[in-house]
Amino acid sequence: MKYSDKVMDHFLNPRNVGEIPDSTVSGTVGNPVCGDIMRIDLKIENEVIVDAKFMTFGCGAAVATSSMATEMIIGRTVQEALELTNRAVANALDGLPPIKMHCSALAEQAVKKALLQYYQEHGLLNDDNLKLFSILEEDVHDHEADEELINLPGIENQ
Amino acid sequence: MNTERIYFDHAATTAIRPEVLSVMLPILENIYGNPSSFYDEGAEAHQHIQAAREQIAELLGVSPDEIFFTSGGTESDNWAIKGTVIAKRKQGKHLITTKIEHHAVLHSMQALEKIGYEVSYLDVDGYGLVDPKEIEAAIRPDTILVSVMMANNEIGTIEPIEDIAAICKEKRVLFHSDGVQALGAIPVKPHELDVDLMSFSGHKFYAPKGIGIMYIRKGARIANLIDGGAQEKRLRAGTENTAFAVAIAKALELALMDLPEEAQRQTALRDRLIGELMAKIPYIKLNGHYEKRLPNNINLSFEFIEGESILLLLNQLGYMCSSGSACTSGSLDPSHVLMAIGLPHEIAHGSLRITLGRENTAADIDRMIADLPGVIEKLRLISPLYADFKHGKIKNIIPEQGENLLKGESRYEVQR
Repeated sequence: MKYSDKVMDHFLNPRNVGEIPDSTVSGTVGNPVCGDIMRIDLKIENEVIVDAKFMTFGCGAAVATSSMATEMIIGRTVQEALELTNRAVANALDGLPPIKMHCSALAEQAVKKALLQYYQEHGLLNDDNLKLFSILEEDVHDHEADEELINLPGIENQ
Repeated sequence: MNTERIYFDHAATTAIRPEVLSVMLPILENIYGNPSSFYDEGAEAHQHIQAAREQIAELLGVSPDEIFFTSGGTESDNWAIKGTVIAKRKQGKHLITTKIEHHAVLHSMQALEKIGYEVSYLDVDGYGLVDPKEIEAAIRPDTILVSVMMANNEIGTIEPIEDIAAICKEKRVLFHSDGVQALGAIPVKPHELDVDLMSFSGHKFYAPKGIGIMYIRKGARIANLIDGGAQEKRLRAGTENTAFAVAIAKALELALMDLPEEAQRQTALRDRLIGELMAKIPYIKLNGHYEKRLPNNINLSFEFIEGESILLLLNQLGYMCSSGSACTSGSLDPSHVLMAIGLPHEIAHGSLRITLGRENTAADIDRMIADLPGVIEKLRLISPLYADFKHGKIKNIIPEQGENLLKGESRYEVQR
């Protein structure tokens, strides 16, 4: 399995790593049992994301997608950030190996979990934008790409 | 920065030794005859194979009649298990193995379960050791095979094969041992161990990939896995690979010649690497047994971080290693071996396997000792688990000074 140069760049030199002590909202998704956790802190002023920072426990793709996601939402309004999709994050990284697509879904979830908190606290939720949060209902680890998983390198096959 | 690449993944495979290549290439070039053919060119190929078989038998202290060439360790494991099942189908439908076997054994067992066989997968302790008493207790009148590996490929634990063999002999149950990781690394004498069936793979001791050995004790009867021509005493069909048979014999000769010195040298390198890393890196755990361990195996878990990202950073720095994390195992679960020794998921995900070989030097070890702490630190600094730990929101699972973590469940309570 090989990552694109962009994935490697974002993994080796992750942008916006860290925590925002006075963050407006924060979203943590994933779990240690599955081997990936992402946390994204957002600083929001006048409905504009003025700063975003992330921390990730996970593989190279998990780190790269969270790094890219923060780059894509800084300077955007919360409404614009809510349009972020995992596909867009993956495309911005010149693609991800199929088995790693759930990492980009996790990045979208982390952003949206933080935004949901903002929307709830500011009474912005309505029937129209509610569906944009639907990815939070999905278990991104529950993918059935078993055939694709079989021939990967790993200690267990050695 | 030193950019010379260092191969630390000898349990995965090894590079062909030059001496092996030099006995193998002339055969590929000149000896094309089918060993089963009547004319001189066939007979010449046949002689090479017989000479290789005799040499291997002598090196293992067994009879040439007990040595069969296969395509590798996986085929040998499949043959031992499925061949036994076919031969003994009227005697019973129960097999015994352990939870830490290679997938060649485990998946063969699972395939048999699907067609009505019953398999007992025995637990191991926190070091990965199988208890022979549990084998004894698990044997039933309808048990037809016990299969336990001699040494584990992930954590390097060496199993009490002689004791298990003695129990199987007393209970008159066939005993197979996967010796793939053991051969060339520690002494392996099938007669002294008193096993019935044993599998070996050439590419783990500097022979090419695609050639393996099956030891079948004289008197032990198993059915064929591969049917066809009359090769290998009619037990394993398929035109012989003359060049690879010669290669594996040469590789084994060299490996066993080097073994006493190499085992000592690699054990010293291994113990220095483990000792220095444990002293330099907090929240680190050695997986596997301290003493009953292959000379070349180092398997460590680092709390708060994930294995694939360790491998990526190490690859960038020029190191080739392995991990038992889910992201490298091809499933959503981390390595079944690390789970079987009782590691919580979050610790199993953060594992790193370094396996040494003949070309590794003390300088390689020094370089790793210098580089790894920075890699671990870099990943911890971007880990939300480490941040939560530093903020006092979660407790560490592995003690700071890195004591061995024994079996038992512990989990993080993650803040949502």
